[in-house]
Amino acid sequence: MSVEDLLRRLEEKGLEPVDRGDVVSVAVEPHALREVAELLVEEGYDHLASVEGIDRPGEDVIEVVYHAESYSEELWGKLAEIRVRVPRGEPRVPSLIDVWPNALFLERETWDLMGVVFEGHPELRRLLMPPDWEGPPPLRKDYKVATEGVFVVVE
Amino acid sequence: MSSSVMKARLLSREGDESVYEVFIGPQHPASGHMRFIVRLQGDVIVGVDPDIGWVHRTMEKLAETKEALKAIPLFERMTIIDSQNVTIGYVRALEKLLGVEPPPRARYLRTLLSEMNRIASHLYGMGLSGIFVNHSTMFMWCFGDREVWIQLAEELTGARLTHAYSIPGGVRRDLPQGFAEKARKAIRYMRRRLEEYRKIFFDNPQVRARYEGVGVLKSHEARRLGVVGPNLRASGVRYDARLLGDYGVYDELDFVVPTAEEGDAMARLLLRGEEIRQSMRIIEQVLERIPEGPILAEKYLRLIPPKLREPALKEGRIKFPGIFANLKIPEGEAVARAEMGHGEIFYHVVSDGSKKPYRVRVVTPSFRNVVLFRYLPPGHRFMDFPAIYGSLDYFPPESDR
Repeated sequence: MSVEDLLRRLEEKGLEPVDRGDVVSVAVEPHALREVAELLVEEGYDHLASVEGIDRPGEDVIEVVYHAESYSEELWGKLAEIRVRVPRGEPRVPSLIDVWPNALFLERETWDLMGVVFEGHPELRRLLMPPDWEGPPPLRKDYKVATEGVFVVVE
Repeated sequence: MSSSVMKARLLSREGDESVYEVFIGPQHPASGHMRFIVRLQGDVIVGVDPDIGWVHRTMEKLAETKEALKAIPLFERMTIIDSQNVTIGYVRALEKLLGVEPPPRARYLRTLLSEMNRIASHLYGMGLSGIFVNHSTMFMWCFGDREVWIQLAEELTGARLTHAYSIPGGVRRDLPQGFAEKARKAIRYMRRRLEEYRKIFFDNPQVRARYEGVGVLKSHEARRLGVVGPNLRASGVRYDARLLGDYGVYDELDFVVPTAEEGDAMARLLLRGEEIRQSMRIIEQVLERIPEGPILAEKYLRLIPPKLREPALKEGRIKFPGIFANLKIPEGEAVARAEMGHGEIFYHVVSDGSKKPYRVRVVTPSFRNVVLFRYLPPGHRFMDFPAIYGSLDYFPPESDR
């Protein structure tokens, strides 16, 4: 369990991990996501700190980013980041709830706010948005924040 | 325990006609703004579905719509009771992108306010854990004593709760005159009060009966569920984002990160009291060792017009130069973690080189602890539910963002 082991094992899989100081980042294809996640768990990354989606309408992709964290002292300062790019029209990735149990609410939130479908997730229903919410997911770039004008009545 | 067993316990179950559903909330069930659907068989809880999001404000989206600096007072409103610790992670992420480091005096001042906020936040949580088991004296005492730390923070920052104290490159205000003496007085008072809390609350047999052995979270479960803060450390896992050495001056100070082995509700309560003691130790050391010097990085001090710079340095107050709000955030990404009273907060800031962040991801400690509402109560009697809730120090506006 060390950062060197992690980098070596990721490279053995034919991936290209990048060490950015406080993060080891690796880009994977959706079909390899689960395999890499399991590797991270074996290397001591016992839970997720975050799941997020980054909307990039210019490239027509949504980037799903996972940050895994470890409570083992030797890995404290180093997060492990997995990045998956999926088409914006049909953003689907396998759910990692079997690998990291605390993906339960993190994935559900990202489905709720970014519209990424986590296949195999047992509870994809509204979490933060109201149950009858319709319209584009609010964190997508094409969702515009409604602003109210300032009205001053002059006598 | 394999993750499949853990998953089975995490999922919500509807149950058959023998299951009775109790809806608690969303009107203030005790701390407010959330709803629990508690499923009971007789008096035994078979499942709890936490229904959160009642105070959701889409903060991640709002942060994309304004200049990076303006998101500091925005994020503060997630955890208004702990506003320095909730924003310091965001400020650190911006500093990493901007390539600027705060001068030593600013790092000491940030640590000072962080610990004052932590004490106030723990008092808030301990007060609520009192009222959850109908111990209103504890509630009144804690909220009364929290006032001491709020007024001290007001003295330092100018605002009771919405401090917006840390800014990229430093802090907004210097230490006021006579502050150290007031802080030492507050510490003396708080030490005496903690002893009184012990007598009336922690050693009270009725409180012990409600909290001891309830909601036990084992160490390996806490690790796998990614639980944070005192709830994690009460299960015997020594982890605290202050130990990462990314912010403040914690690596230069002498303090202990307390842990407990029991993992029950009582251990979580006692741990908060112990953390208050440690925070006071940190404050004493900060006041003793704080170095002289500027409170804002040289790079930004130069932005202030010379006419205003001299008085600003003399008075120890930085008035934002207009250009500061229009800083371009260099293209790139940064992550930062900080330890709040409730636990670790995570920020991921993505910038495309404009004034506004392209994406800000924030995962708050209360959101990470939501899983515990699913995981801990099943198997307990309904009476234990408020005790479990009270021991978790859950803060809905922080979770909902």
